[in-house]
Amino acid sequence: MDQIPAIARVFAYLSLLTIGGGMAAFPEMKNLVIDVHHWLTYPQLIHIYSVGQISPGPNMMMVATIGERVAGIPGALVAAIAFFVPTGILTLFVGGLWKRLENWPWRSSIQKGLAPVAIGLAVAGLITFGRTAVTGWVTVAVALLVFAASMRTRLNPALLILGGAVVGAFALR
Amino acid sequence: MEPQTPAAPTSRPVSILAIFSVFLQIGATSFGGGVVAYLRNALVKKKKWLDDTEFLELMSLSNTLPGLNATNMSILAGQRLRGWLGAVAAMLGMCLPSLVLMIAAGIAYGEEGSRPLVTAALRGVAAAATGLIAATWFQIGKKTVKGFYDGFFILAAILGINYFKLSVPVVLLSVGALSIFAFRPHKPGAHPKEDHAWIRSLQ
Repeated sequence: MDQIPAIARVFAYLSLLTIGGGMAAFPEMKNLVIDVHHWLTYPQLIHIYSVGQISPGPNMMMVATIGERVAGIPGALVAAIAFFVPTGILTLFVGGLWKRLENWPWRSSIQKGLAPVAIGLAVAGLITFGRTAVTGWVTVAVALLVFAASMRTRLNPALLILGGAVVGAFALR
Repeated sequence: MEPQTPAAPTSRPVSILAIFSVFLQIGATSFGGGVVAYLRNALVKKKKWLDDTEFLELMSLSNTLPGLNATNMSILAGQRLRGWLGAVAAMLGMCLPSLVLMIAAGIAYGEEGSRPLVTAALRGVAAAATGLIAATWFQIGKKTVKGFYDGFFILAAILGINYFKLSVPVVLLSVGALSIFAFRPHKPGAHPKEDHAWIRSLQ
C-alpha cells in the first residue's frame, strides 16, 4: 500500500512520454519499474508487456497489471488512472484548441517534426525490449515468423501471439 | 477546458449512452491491437458519426499528442460528438474491458506465472510480440519516411536511446525540438503534400 504514491507518480510520468504509442516509453518504464523501484524482474516486465499486446482496447492497459502485482487492485486502479487520465485531459484540452489553430503555420511543423521522432523512439523501445525477449534460435524464429505473417497476411495479431505462446510452451521449456 | 464546444460542424443527435456502448464494444473486441482500424470501421463506416476527413484529422492530432491512439482517438471522437461528456463516455467504454482483463491477468500471473510451462509460453508470447510490434512500426515507417530529415531524426532518436543511453524525455525534447525546427514553416521542400495513405491501408 505504501507504494501507491510511487505508482501514481511513475505512471503519470510515463504517460507523458508515450508520443506515438506505448513503446516509446518502454526504456524509461524499464528503468523505473525494474532498476529504481524493483517492482518486477525484467523477464516479468517483458511477460506482462507482451500479454498486454493481446488485450483488446488500449495495449498499455498492462500498467494495471503492474499496479496489481505491486499493490493489489487499488494499485491497479491507481496505475490505470495515473497513466490514462492526465494525457486524456491534455488531449481533451488540445482537441478543443487544435481546430482553431488550423492556420497557425507551426501546427503542421509540429506534426511533421514529431512523426519521425515518434518512430525513432518506438524503434528504440523495441530494440530495448527485443534484446531480452529475443534470445536463442526459437525466439528468433518466432519473432521472424510473426513479423513475416503480419507483413504478408491479414491474420488477427492476437492469433499470431497465441501461436507464439503454443510454440513457446513446447519448445522453450 | 471547453465543455460543449461547438466543434461538430453538423449537429449530430448522438446520445451519451450510444457513444459509451459503441466504444465499449470496441474496447471489448479489438483483440490484437489495431484499435484504429476498429474505430474507423465503427465510427466512419457503420455509424457514420464522422467522415474520413474528420477521422484523419483527429488521427493526425492523436499521433502528435502523448497518450495512446486508442484512448486519444476515443477522447477526440467523443468530444466531436458530444463535448467533454462524450469524451468521458468514449474513454470509459474503451478502457473498462481491458482494465478488468488486465487486472485478472495480474492475479493469474501471481498465481501461475512462475510455473515452467507458463514461463515458457510467455517467452513465446514475448518473441511474437516483438515480431508484431516490429511489423507495425516498419509499416508506419515506410509510409512516413519521405525525405532526408525523416530518416535522419528517426536514426537520431534510436541512437540517442540505444547508443548514447540518453533518457526518453531528453531525446524527446532535444531531437523533437530540432526536428520541429527542421520542418519549420516556409521552408521550401519541407512540406510535402499531406499523405495519410498509411491509415487507409489499415482497412
